[in-house]
Parts: sequence; structure tokens; C-alpha cells
Amino acid sequence: MTWTKLDKFCLVAAIAALLALIFPLAGVDGDTGKQVAFVGDIPGFAVAMALCVIAGSAFTWLGVGSVTAGMVILAIAVFGCWQAISVLYDYGVAGYAGPGFWLFIVSLWAFVWRGIDVIANFHSLDRTKQHLANFVVPVAFGVWLLFVWEVVVSGFGVPQVLLPPPSMIGERFVNSTDILAADFHQTFVKAVLSGYVMGCGSAFIVAIAVDRVPFLKRGLLPLGNMVSALPIIGVAPIMVMWFGFDWQSKAAVIVIMTFFPMLVNTVTGLNAAGKLEKDLMATYASGYWSTLFRLRLPAAMPFVFNALKINSTLALIGAIVAEFFGTPIVGMGFRISTEVGRMNIDMVWAEIALAALAGTAFYGAVAYIERKATSWHPSFRVRRH
Amino acid sequence: MTLKQVVNNVAEMPASKKAVVDIKKLSLTFQTADGPVYALSDVDLTIEEGDFVSFIGPSGCGKTTLLRVIADLEQATGGEISINGVTPHEAREKRAYGYVFQAPALLPWRSIERNVTLPLEIMEISKEERVKRAQEALKLVELNGFEKKFPWQLSGGMQQRASIARALSFDADLLLMDEPFGALDEIVRDHLNEQLLKLWARTNKTVAFVTHSIPEAVYLSSKIVVMSPRPGRIIDVIETDFPKDRTLDIRETPEFLEIAHRVREGLRAGHSNDE
Repeated sequence: MTWTKLDKFCLVAAIAALLALIFPLAGVDGDTGKQVAFVGDIPGFAVAMALCVIAGSAFTWLGVGSVTAGMVILAIAVFGCWQAISVLYDYGVAGYAGPGFWLFIVSLWAFVWRGIDVIANFHSLDRTKQHLANFVVPVAFGVWLLFVWEVVVSGFGVPQVLLPPPSMIGERFVNSTDILAADFHQTFVKAVLSGYVMGCGSAFIVAIAVDRVPFLKRGLLPLGNMVSALPIIGVAPIMVMWFGFDWQSKAAVIVIMTFFPMLVNTVTGLNAAGKLEKDLMATYASGYWSTLFRLRLPAAMPFVFNALKINSTLALIGAIVAEFFGTPIVGMGFRISTEVGRMNIDMVWAEIALAALAGTAFYGAVAYIERKATSWHPSFRVRRH
Repeated sequence: MTLKQVVNNVAEMPASKKAVVDIKKLSLTFQTADGPVYALSDVDLTIEEGDFVSFIGPSGCGKTTLLRVIADLEQATGGEISINGVTPHEAREKRAYGYVFQAPALLPWRSIERNVTLPLEIMEISKEERVKRAQEALKLVELNGFEKKFPWQLSGGMQQRASIARALSFDADLLLMDEPFGALDEIVRDHLNEQLLKLWARTNKTVAFVTHSIPEAVYLSSKIVVMSPRPGRIIDVIETDFPKDRTLDIRETPEFLEIAHRVREGLRAGHSNDE
């Protein structure tokens, strides 16, 4: 067997795990002057390391060809990760992690990389299997990133104020669901949704008017462009003065932010119908509204959905930033700004996680509707015979 | 059958049938930044009921423009034109014709059936009637069974047939076709030509057909209008006597070759004037 045929990731994993057994697991405790922990005292961790050495050498020769082999590697990695976390928290290595520990993490990294790589290249005509594989890859990668975050922050003993570990954020998230739910309701359900609907809806109607009336096209579009260029940081306090502290002022900021992308995209979309199709409608003596609903609006839908997707993320950003400038004592932006002041960084991160979840779900929902509504579009076509 | 019996000049024909399209001294000039473009000049033409008229000529000779003027998609700048005795605009408002474009122009978000019912929907015909008529029209172009498919799931030839079915669905007496088979291969084109002829023989519609293929024009038509470019004008009108139920075999007959020769001569003469 030649060098090129060896599985290099598994080789790295095996060597790193072997070295991890040799190098010290943890540093020296400042107070006692003793090493914090030894591999020999922690049977689970020792087993995980030995497993990595054995599996790493075995797969270096065998290669990771099948998904089954990839799953085996990932399973070993999961076991290793669990043991690493246990060593950090149960055996007091947190803050004292030594070269042995980090070499073990490198070994796990090589395994995870190789395992995900195999599953990412999985192609099957069986839809369920393919969907499962497509689902596993980003989830496994995301979980791995969280693990690295956790291990690096705990292992090096990074101060919580700089960056809390994800477990702490998760704990805070679970323990403050009532506060988070109230904030979510205030910011997302009240401000974002209403602002989004008003902004996108009014822009859609104005776009149809702009398309119909030539002078609006020349006069209003440049003006709309200027409004969209307004810095949101500057507008938000004024909106708070105009519409009060509650969600209305946030909705107003969102309307300003979302209006222009929707306007421009819809106006462009209304011109997307081809000349041939317009001539076709003319040969049927189709009136303005008939042509609008039967030809031009359906043709504009891909553009409209583009704007809806852009606006779904813009709206959330707008609402959170606007809450920095005055709000009743509830809301995601309010919580972020006050908890930063109280050094409760884990709460800030919990709000950020909530915002990320809400934003992703919102975007996903819009993208799903788009897929259903414009399934005829070349980018979504499924060839069915 | 001698050539004299097959080919007659327009002037010799008795004017007994009703004129569907009547064009006198028609001209159309486009104003462009580079100066006026004379797309049509001094066009005189009568299309009678049940005629199959082909417009043939090199590209830029105004044959498509002429068809578009008949369809009121373009307005003439001089002369007179009437469709069934009224202006093209009124004829369009009355949905007097079905138009088949060079490309199928099917709406991708509608199934084949709903594409065919599109004109009926605009004309506010009831749903049951729409579906019934779509069935009939799709049967005429042999596309029954494809109602629920979407345009992109069909081949180019099938898409063009669907667009013909759409033009047939509201049963207009006049069919305007602008190089409908131009983008299709020879075999598909022969097949669709045969189907079109059968359709014409069965329904007695009046057809105006733009093409740049001489065999297609001779095979299909009862009247061939030869045009030449810059300015677009008619240089010859040839009538043929082939029976309505003609088959592809007539393309081997001397009469066919004789007419094709005359068309070619006309096209050549039109070109030499130009250079």
C-alpha cells in the first residue's frame, strides 16, 4: 500500500491521539503545585483516547469508503467529545487544559472532518436517505462548532464577560424562557411582524401605482432611494419621539427599512413579463387588471419573494436596534442593552441566540412559501414525468 | 393537370367569397433615431374566407410586420385595412383572430390545460365550458393526456402545438401564424404541417401564415404572397389548386416544383431590385 492511498485524516487522528496519551493532560494548579489530573486516573477518557488510536490506525489502512464507516468514526468522535467535556467539568481540567488535552481535540477534529466529509458526499436516489444525509451534515457540523467553542472557552478559562461557553448560554436560555418569551412577543410578534406586513404591503401597492403612473416612476423612485439611504440609527430616535416607546415606533423603523427593497423589486418584477407574452395578452384584448393578475404579477413573484426574504432579516435587525433608543421594559433589543450594562453576558447571548432562531425560522418560512408559490420557476423546477 | 390549371393569377380569380382581410395601399414607417425605416409600402392584398395565405420573403421584408398590423399589434401609418369589415382594433376587441407566435409563449406557472383556457378565462367563459373547449382544442393538436403537465415538461414541438391549441380554443375564424414552426426540426415540422392542413380542411378557418421556407409555403397554401425587403412590398401573389386533403407526397409532383420555382424566382427578383 502506497502513501497516497492512506487515509490522512485518520492518520492525523491516530497520531494526535497517541501523542495525547504521552503529553500531560492538564497544567499545574497554582495553589497546590500539583498537576490537576492524569489520564490514568480517568478510565473513560483513557478508553476514548485508546479507541481513537486504534480506530485511527485501522481506518488509515482500510480507508473511510462507506457511510457506515463514516458513522462509526462519528460515533467514536461523539464518545470522545462526551469524555472531553466530562474531563473538563468533572475532573477540574477547566482552565488548566494541557497539551495532551488539546492533542486529543485535534484527533477528534480529524475524525469529525472525515466523517462529515463522507456523509456530505453521500448520494442516493432514495429520497428519505438523501434528506437524512442532507440534514445530518449541517447539524453535525453545527454541533461540532458548539463543542469547539465550549472546549476552547472552558479549557483556556476565558472570562465569561468576554465569551461565555455555549452550555452556560443554553442553561440561561432554558432558565429564562418566560423573559425570553415576553421579549419575543414584544419584539417579534408585535413589532417585526406588523412592521414587516405594513412595510412590504404598502411598498407592493405603491409599486403597482408607480408602474401604472409614469410620473410616480420618475418622481417617487429617486425619493424612495433617498429614504432607504437614511441611516437607521438616526431615524430610530425620531420614530420613538413620533410614535412612542411601544412597538409602534419599532414597526415604523421597520416600515422605513423594508419599504424600498420591496418597492424596487416589485417595480422590476412588474417589467419582467416578456414582450411576447404582453402581445399575447393584447391579442385576447385583455384589459389592464386582467393582464396584471394573469401575467405581470405571477411573472413578478420571484422578484417579490426576493424582497420578502431580504426584508425578513432586515426587519428583525431594525426592531432590535430601534429598541436601543427607548422601549417599555421588555423586548429583545432592550434586554440586550440593559444586560450588557449589568455584565450578564450570558443573557445577552441567550437573546442573540433567540434572535438567530427567530430570524432563521422567519426566513425559512418565507423561503418555503416561495418554493410553493413559484414552483414553476427554473430554480425550483422538479422534472416529473 | 397543367401548370396553368394549378397556378392562376389573383386578377383572374372570381371574387365570390367574402373578404376577411382587405388591405389597400397600406404602408408603415417606423421612426427611429437613424431616420425612418420603411417596413411596409403600398401593400394591396385581399384574404378571402377559407384561404390559407402564406407570406414568404427574406428576413426584414415586413411579413411579420404585416401580420402584426392585421392583428393590431402594430399600427399602419398609411393606407386602409379592414378585418371582417371593421378596423383591426375593433377586430381585436371582438377577439376575431387567434395568433400563434414564433415562440410558444406559454405561461410557465400554468399547466397546459390552464394555458389553453387562458383566452377563455379572459373572455369570462364559464369553467365547465372552458375545460370542455380546452379538451377539444388539445385533441385537435393531439395533446390530450398532457393537460396537467407544465410547459417545461414538454418538448419544443409539443409546446408549439399547445400554443396552437390555445389559439384554437376560442374558435376564431381567422388564424394568424408567425413562423410557428421556425424553430423546429424538419421531421417535427413536416408532421405539424400535415396536422395544420387537416385542421384547416376540417374547420374551414382562414389562415395567414408567415414562413421563410419555400416548400412549407407551397405545401400549405392556397395563396402564396411573395414579399421583398426595404421597403417591404408584395412582388407576387401565386394561387395554387392543390386539394385541401393534400399529402406530403405532392411535394414530388411537377406542379409543386413549378410553383416552388416561381416563388424562388420572385424572391430572387425582389433581391436584385434591392442591390
